[in-house]
Amino acid sequence: MSALHLSHYLEASALRCPERVAAVDSDGTSLTYRELNDRASRVAGFLASQGIRRGDRVGLLLPKDTAALTALFGTLKAGAAYVPVDWTGPAERVRSILADCDVRALFADGRRADLAADIETVILLGEDKGDGPRGSVSGRFSWDKALEHEPLPADPAARRPDDLAYILYTSGSTGIPKGVTLTHQNATSFVDWCSSVFTPSEDDLFSSHAPFHFDLSILDIYVPLKHGASVHLVPDELGKNPKDLARFIASRQLSVWYSTPAILGLLAEFGDLDRLDCSHLRLVLFAGEVFPVKQLRRLVSHWPWPAYYNLYGPTETNVCTYARIPTPIPEGRSEPYPIGWPCSHCAALVIDAEGRRVEGGDEGLLYISGPSVFIGYWNRLQETAAAFLDRDGARWYNTGDVVKQQGDEGLLYLGRRDRMVKRRGYRIELGEVESCLYRHPAVSGAAAVPVQSAEAGVRIVAYLVAPAASRPSIVEMKTFCNQHLPSYMNPDVFVFVDALPRTSTNKVDYQDLIRRFEPDRKA
Amino acid sequence: MDTMKEELRQYILSEFLPGEKPSNLRDDTPLRTSGILDSVATLRLVTFVEEHYGIEVEAHEAGVENFDTIESISSFIQSKQKPA
Repeated sequence: MSALHLSHYLEASALRCPERVAAVDSDGTSLTYRELNDRASRVAGFLASQGIRRGDRVGLLLPKDTAALTALFGTLKAGAAYVPVDWTGPAERVRSILADCDVRALFADGRRADLAADIETVILLGEDKGDGPRGSVSGRFSWDKALEHEPLPADPAARRPDDLAYILYTSGSTGIPKGVTLTHQNATSFVDWCSSVFTPSEDDLFSSHAPFHFDLSILDIYVPLKHGASVHLVPDELGKNPKDLARFIASRQLSVWYSTPAILGLLAEFGDLDRLDCSHLRLVLFAGEVFPVKQLRRLVSHWPWPAYYNLYGPTETNVCTYARIPTPIPEGRSEPYPIGWPCSHCAALVIDAEGRRVEGGDEGLLYISGPSVFIGYWNRLQETAAAFLDRDGARWYNTGDVVKQQGDEGLLYLGRRDRMVKRRGYRIELGEVESCLYRHPAVSGAAAVPVQSAEAGVRIVAYLVAPAASRPSIVEMKTFCNQHLPSYMNPDVFVFVDALPRTSTNKVDYQDLIRRFEPDRKA
Repeated sequence: MDTMKEELRQYILSEFLPGEKPSNLRDDTPLRTSGILDSVATLRLVTFVEEHYGIEVEAHEAGVENFDTIESISSFIQSKQKPA
């Protein structure tokens, strides 16, 4: 079955198998398809009563649980688009995202209610709701209030495949996060591809490890719910703890796992996997960055039975190429696995600096076209235009990733030509890190560079210029960055220099800074 | 006790704050809420503590109550080392 709107997946399953379990929280609380669908319709009715209409944006500033999932589907059923934001994120960054796409309503955890000041309609959830708003405060509502509303009747005319479904914010090089806007059709074309390759069934138990603001969540949410399977929601804290996470996979008897290689590497290293029964796993999917072969081999030695897939694709396209990883991993192999071949709903084009299609095994930039490719960055016409190439009657998205054809293994990822790095699956524009560093009053010069190390992966080194008299301590810089950047962007190393090196054209000489850094440098 | 704090300070400085002056990492400097230790860094520190001091740290014990300052980590280790 194919759907035109993401909410159809839930509604079709609620008709087909109303009493099956749709979603389960980390504490074991669960919702059946009937319950999830009914609650989401009520939330949609409530949003409509507040004037939320097709195309409006609704923010989700919530820990991941069944209530957040209900709010998400309520938003979609109301014809609006959801904007998931890291509820633990730095206040200023959260505010700038909510303001950038002008959210009309916000579902917020009570502990972050202070970030909702400027928003018309706010629904507060979570532990602090006792101190939350009473009925008298205008535009402030409890979650129970939304759940008590009459359900919104489904109106097919109000839901179209090219409606905006969600906006995912990623690091922006100017220091302000940019919103990747995706339609229902963008998402359903990917979900339907997942159906054809991974053949999910009602008996599957899916993990949902990635936060909703991370695009891995699209597979986690919609693929199980389309097929009447169950999704087990992993909240933030549990998701970072490999020991508890490994026990969770075993005790829930999960059959499908999807995450970044980073967390799989930690599971293999710290998860005590040999002491646990994870034999129900049939699929292990990973995406977001290159999986170091040594760590992958260690994981496969603990879990030899599932099928492993490397999925590749930026948020702008979702997964667009994939490779089945043959197991076991040969002892002698040290080179990374390829990103493989284009998914059936995508086309790939590799071109060189002169715009010529690359032949044989030469390097080139990877462009993607197809129905999953995003429509543009929110309110950023110039950047949107710059991201696309019109060619042969198709619109091609420039991934910025350099690849080459690797024999019969498909495409191999080689790196980037710009200043974006990947860390724990997250995209980081080093320009965003620098713009944070510059905001420190004592800093007069700043440059952030990536340094690769075999054991630690990518590390970010921040070079700073500050007068000796007012030079901040490293503890202070670390704390300052923690207040303004997500934790995965906080530099690993801070180095004070008298001046930043410049190239002959007076640009910061980043290559020189990378060469200067000695990984063995100790206090 | 003081030796333990110095060992913890040395480890944290060399692993997570390379280049920092030891005097800037005080016994009561917050490590988690400041971002000095993220989730992965905390795992490494817990593993160091387990191996170096011969104790077992349960997942629920590795939270901010026990692992936010050199002071609290060192008290926690001592409480674990005392025979039951």
